[in-house]
Amino acid sequence: MTITPAISMRDVRFAYKPTYPILRVDELTILPGRRIFLHGPSGGGKTTLLSLISGVLVPQRGSITVLGHDLTRLSASARDTLRGSQIGYIFQGFNLIPYLTVAENIALPCDLHPIRRARIVAPTLSEEVVRLARLLDIRTHLKSPVTHLSTGQQQRVAIARAVIGSPALVIADEPTSSLDTDRRDAFLALLTEVISEAKKRNDVETTLVFVSHDRSLATHFDEALSLAEISGGYESAEVTSV
Amino acid sequence: MTLLRLAFKSLRARSLSTTLTIFSIGLSIMLLVGVDRLRGATQVGFSGTLSRTDLIVGARGGGLPLLLSSIFHIGNASNNISWGTYQHFAHHRAVAWTIPISMGDSYHGYRVVATDDNFYAHYQYRRDKFLSFAQGHAPQGVFDVVLGAEAAQRLHDHMGRQIVLAHGIEEKSIFNHETTPFTVVGILAPTATPVDRAVYITLLGDEAMHFGWTDGTPPAIGEASPKLDLSKLKVDEITCFLLGAKSRVSTLYLQREINTYKPEPLTSIIPAYTLQELWGLFDYADTALSLVSGAVLVVGLLAMLIALYTALNERRREIAILRAVGLHARQIFLLFLVESTLIATAGTALGIVSVYSLLFALRGTIESRFGLPIALVGLSTRVELYALATVVCGALLGTIPALRAYRNSLVDGLNTP
Repeated sequence: MTITPAISMRDVRFAYKPTYPILRVDELTILPGRRIFLHGPSGGGKTTLLSLISGVLVPQRGSITVLGHDLTRLSASARDTLRGSQIGYIFQGFNLIPYLTVAENIALPCDLHPIRRARIVAPTLSEEVVRLARLLDIRTHLKSPVTHLSTGQQQRVAIARAVIGSPALVIADEPTSSLDTDRRDAFLALLTEVISEAKKRNDVETTLVFVSHDRSLATHFDEALSLAEISGGYESAEVTSV
Repeated sequence: MTLLRLAFKSLRARSLSTTLTIFSIGLSIMLLVGVDRLRGATQVGFSGTLSRTDLIVGARGGGLPLLLSSIFHIGNASNNISWGTYQHFAHHRAVAWTIPISMGDSYHGYRVVATDDNFYAHYQYRRDKFLSFAQGHAPQGVFDVVLGAEAAQRLHDHMGRQIVLAHGIEEKSIFNHETTPFTVVGILAPTATPVDRAVYITLLGDEAMHFGWTDGTPPAIGEASPKLDLSKLKVDEITCFLLGAKSRVSTLYLQREINTYKPEPLTSIIPAYTLQELWGLFDYADTALSLVSGAVLVVGLLAMLIALYTALNERRREIAILRAVGLHARQIFLLFLVESTLIATAGTALGIVSVYSLLFALRGTIESRFGLPIALVGLSTRVELYALATVVCGALLGTIPALRAYRNSLVDGLNTP
């Protein structure tokens, strides 16, 4: 029996300008439930790759299948809906909508997507927000405007928003680069904990793709990939086990 | 629904720029609607200068000069009407009332209008208002004078004061009727019509001032001026008269009869028509005012465009986050469109509410000071049209930043610059 991969890319070429290809992935397969570390230097096309996986950008060539959907065959709005309802996304910094409170920021994906709302653990959305906030130690800040939070707290709010309603895929794009070492380790521990907690409760295989230029973080993950390997040569990307 | 909430909260977060933009649109709307309402009031006030008068009759001449000289006290009548002719029409069977008017003298620049009691009984303005006295009563004696409200206020004349009228209508008269001083016996209540800017005496009073004169000139120096004998006073001529017909229907044939009156060449006009004709002269000023206030509105809307557009760059990160949580690119477009529409709507509402409360609060002052009957002018379809046009224009202008945000969201993707 073959398992449907969470992410599968084949023969993908992407360029912002036609003559200047910026990304090329011959083959990449990520199995569901895995926690993947993707290493790449700054400006190496990591965010572009993540934009392709999350369906914001479309490759000029090749196919990308995410959670069983061939993105190249989906309409733009179907890709948007898939991203909103099945993917949690954590940015490098400034993760939050400045004019919403912390609680509203966390609840946003569930407000927009009934599928995610249906998967919450607590009986009501506000209880779910409180539950996650308690888990991430931002309970007391729920009513505050996001500008009153420290960078570390903001990143924890970002985790809460990414995992609320148990999406099948969580993508984190350099989420720790604005944190110091102590906070970085705490952040990683929390992220891992929250995702495995979601897995326990919901029995869903949440896949985590974590991108960073900091190779030392690789030890926290099941697998480590290098962007140079998957996009550099003509050979298919090698999966290196840690 | 979520979009509307997002748009609302986003606007609230940028409250300073949002408030300023709403205010600038509100002020533009205030100006536009205010000008429109005041113009409406001006027209109502103007056409209400004289009402319920069916005809104005004067010596043969133009209709507009007759209206200007008899009602607005501008310019001179070309000729007089004999007392006999006036009596003929005053007792005409189709005529309900007449107001004889004789002019030619002035008092500190205000016209002296010689008339009789019919003036106080029948002169009507602004549809159904009659003249009334703030103090005193109508002139009864030959040397009684009644002041219009403005004349009384400007000249600080009070009851019982003796005043000397001047011959001719020039501001600085070379000849004063010093031998025949008049006593103030009444002051008219303000009407906000030209009635306020005149003083009123009796027809005989007018004759008394000119007693012993021949062909409009006083007795020469050295020439013996005859002693004033009140019993010898009689009215020979008047300048014009106002006429109320017994029935509206008879107005037209009365007019024809007067205009073709054989013994004396006369002109009669229907004041409502001629007032309208006169109003037409002000039309271009009207259009200019509307154009200026329209231009101010355009500036207000452009201020909104600038405020929304300059905020775009700092909102790219926000757009990326919204895209990441699954907002479609067209929803980003819609979000920005909703924001501009909300601003335009709020500004319009603010403008209309404040201009109407202002007009309502100041209606008394405006009416008494400027003679504009604001209270008579309510909401009009024109204002509703302005409001609708502003909101639509706001939404249309909003498509510019919205399109830009839409394109940004496609190009930037999840990049947060």
